[in-house]
Amino acid sequence: MTLIVESLVIDHGAIRAINAVSFKVPTGKLTAVIGANGAGKTTLLRGLSGLKEIKSGSATWNGESIVGQRPENLARAGIMHVSDGKSVIAELSVKENLALTGLWRKDKKDVALATEEVVSLFPILGERMSQSGGSLSGGERQMLAIGRALVARPKLLLLDEPSLGLAPLIIDQIFTTIRKFVTTMNLTVVLVEQNAMGALAIADEGVVLNLGRVVGVDTAENLLNDPAVRTAYLGY
Amino acid sequence: MIQFITAILTALTTGAIYALMSTALVLVWRSTRIINFAQAGQAVLSTYIGYEVTIRSGSFWVGVISAMIFGALLGAAIDRFFMRPIFKRIQSGPILMIAPVVATLGLLGIIQAVIGFRWGLTYQSLAAPVSTDGFTLFGRVIAFSPFNLLVLVFATVSMLLLTVLFQKTNVGLALRASAHSPEIAKLSGIKVDFIRTLGWSLAGAAGGLAGMLYIPSSYLYPNAMDVLLVFGFVAAVIGGLDSLFGAVAGAMILGFAISFATSYVSEKLVFPMAFVMLVVVLLIKPAGLFSGKKSRRD
Amino acid sequence: MIKLSPTKKRTLFFVALGWALLLIGDRIGELLQYQGSFVAMYALAIASIILLTGYSGQLSLGHSALMAVGAYAGALSINNLNLHPAIALVIATFVAGIFGLILGFGVARLSGPYLAGTTLALAVSLPTLANQFPILGGEQGVVFDVGAPPARFGEDFSMYKWFFWISTLAVLIMLWLISNVVSSRYGRTFRAIRDNETAAALSGLNTGRLKVLAFAISSGMAGLAGGLLVMLISGVSPSAFPLSLSFSLLTGAVVTGVYSLKGVMLGGLVLVAIPEIADSIVTRIGGSEGFTATLPGFLVSALLILAVLFTPNGPGTLLHSFKKHN
Repeated sequence: MTLIVESLVIDHGAIRAINAVSFKVPTGKLTAVIGANGAGKTTLLRGLSGLKEIKSGSATWNGESIVGQRPENLARAGIMHVSDGKSVIAELSVKENLALTGLWRKDKKDVALATEEVVSLFPILGERMSQSGGSLSGGERQMLAIGRALVARPKLLLLDEPSLGLAPLIIDQIFTTIRKFVTTMNLTVVLVEQNAMGALAIADEGVVLNLGRVVGVDTAENLLNDPAVRTAYLGY
Repeated sequence: MIQFITAILTALTTGAIYALMSTALVLVWRSTRIINFAQAGQAVLSTYIGYEVTIRSGSFWVGVISAMIFGALLGAAIDRFFMRPIFKRIQSGPILMIAPVVATLGLLGIIQAVIGFRWGLTYQSLAAPVSTDGFTLFGRVIAFSPFNLLVLVFATVSMLLLTVLFQKTNVGLALRASAHSPEIAKLSGIKVDFIRTLGWSLAGAAGGLAGMLYIPSSYLYPNAMDVLLVFGFVAAVIGGLDSLFGAVAGAMILGFAISFATSYVSEKLVFPMAFVMLVVVLLIKPAGLFSGKKSRRD
Repeated sequence: MIKLSPTKKRTLFFVALGWALLLIGDRIGELLQYQGSFVAMYALAIASIILLTGYSGQLSLGHSALMAVGAYAGALSINNLNLHPAIALVIATFVAGIFGLILGFGVARLSGPYLAGTTLALAVSLPTLANQFPILGGEQGVVFDVGAPPARFGEDFSMYKWFFWISTLAVLIMLWLISNVVSSRYGRTFRAIRDNETAAALSGLNTGRLKVLAFAISSGMAGLAGGLLVMLISGVSPSAFPLSLSFSLLTGAVVTGVYSLKGVMLGGLVLVAIPEIADSIVTRIGGSEGFTATLPGFLVSALLILAVLFTPNGPGTLLHSFKKHN
């Protein structure tokens, strides 16, 4: 169970947002993709989840190509993308938001179980069940978005900037929880982050993107200690 | 007093039919973000089918069911084989904003012309299954008949069924999620394209029902539902295009406004009243009375 | 060589076109003169749609109603105020323009579906309103008589030729004015709004006011076309302005290509030709009464769909992509 990306090219309008990007994501590991604003991180995830057309190159999950597949089919195959901007449907209740990924699953007992697990992971969601998604705080929305993905029992989780716009305390809480469920659920996670320090601190592996190209691949630990990475992305 | 009661009953009956039409428009708007002008054609064609079946089977009820089924199939086919290719073909350029709407107008013309080819332009009448003579109240015959009562019951029941579908079922949740955020719905594994087609077919069935309930009090001809399209649109705008509850509430408000204006002021105020209501709502609360959204000017 | 400014070139073009049309008008039969008058009238009405849709991105289905406003205004000025027909046409233009201005304040700033639906409601409701006022003559309507051609043109000068002269002259003057508007600063700002309203607003344009202005100008053009239409059918009544007229104009605009005024004559020709084509189809293959009556509508709608599908940006783009393929 590995995600293998090879010489991937994705255009964003007239701009080549992802240019010949290659990397591997090992199973059961948390891989952080870091880079400055505009490095192409979000476009990369949107390409992997089928939202954005892949121009050329290959991307395989468990040996099967995910290029050209529809997002809903990839989601059903276990690739869950939590897009940025706290992807919660404001008009639906918390309960309904969580139910979306269980709608098409046959095993309704497991859906109920997975929902319970999510609530124990993010207890605040349990208290807000009947509230509308729009009434939640930024942190709660992020928890709901991640929780919704987990209800599907994904194999590969693509997280886009979960720390965006959140208070440091909440970021810590969310990052700790992410680390926790990667270990307990044997999930493979690609975490895209501008907050390089926080992301590398919880990640196993790291990929550094710059202007649509991979400029570094290593273990998270090595990247944290790499002087070049430190000056460019960690700011010390 | 009798005039007042009659006005209320008329308001409820007409409002109920407007509500079916505005619901049809809102269902498509929510899933596709266009006003489907072809709805008038779909509804009237479904009613022609219902009319034929009624004549051949001798049962109005079989006719209603046929009209609704045909309406649903036609709606689904239009989305799948007409709208989807258009959206696929036209992905950029300034024409993008108007092309789908213009296409529904063209479709309206095609459907009405095809009806003309097959059935001609003459007015046909569809017999109501129950009496259309008004009830007698305090010794006076009022403008509310057993058929009007039936219309009211049918429209109310179908609205309740639709509400249950949307609020209590999985399909309803998928429909709502796809309407509010197609992207999140897709990423959650919901087949948004299929759900969209489903929305079109629900709208088609609602239009077919609207036609079968409206035509017995009027006549059947290719343009018979054009007027209801306009009223349905006005009702949908009053309620806020995104809200199914708003569509029904807007239809009732419009029904009352028109009924009271025609009953107390002048018979001829039907259209002017609708237009005035539309412009007033657009000026004071452009997002509609029952919509959470802020503005519709962008 | 004398170098001419674009504005002067344009003026010269219109003068030459007018001269050519007058010469042609002398050499064609009465039927062609009559049809030619319709082509000119439709071209103007289509131009009014293009100005609105192509140059400011708004979609109106209510231009049949705006034409009716101009037509009634013109008829009343001739019948009740005894004004000269030329002045009546000017009044038709201005009354419809002012009507559009007032209406525009309410609706022109609305985006796509709301404007389309509201103008649709206008198109359906306005003609029935005409029945309310005795001065407008109810269902029968009122006559619109421009009078016989002036005696100095001679006795051979037919009524149809007179219609042809009035139509082409009025339309050419109006189109000349409008082509100056669209190549001016206003035209550029209209296009800026169409292409990206937010960007236009950010760069300091009052997009709301400009949209209202575009709506008002377009209404005035429609009003003049309405006046010409009822001159040609010599009377104005609610039934002369059905919703299907709005749809036909939209078809004409889409067929011509909504991004340029250059092809409006083509659109006018198409609209005049469609009933003729339908007629000849019916005489050739026969058909029921329903078939005969609905064929023109069918052809208009089919053309609209085909145009939207295959040449969404006008026939020019088709030619362009054809060249590219070869």
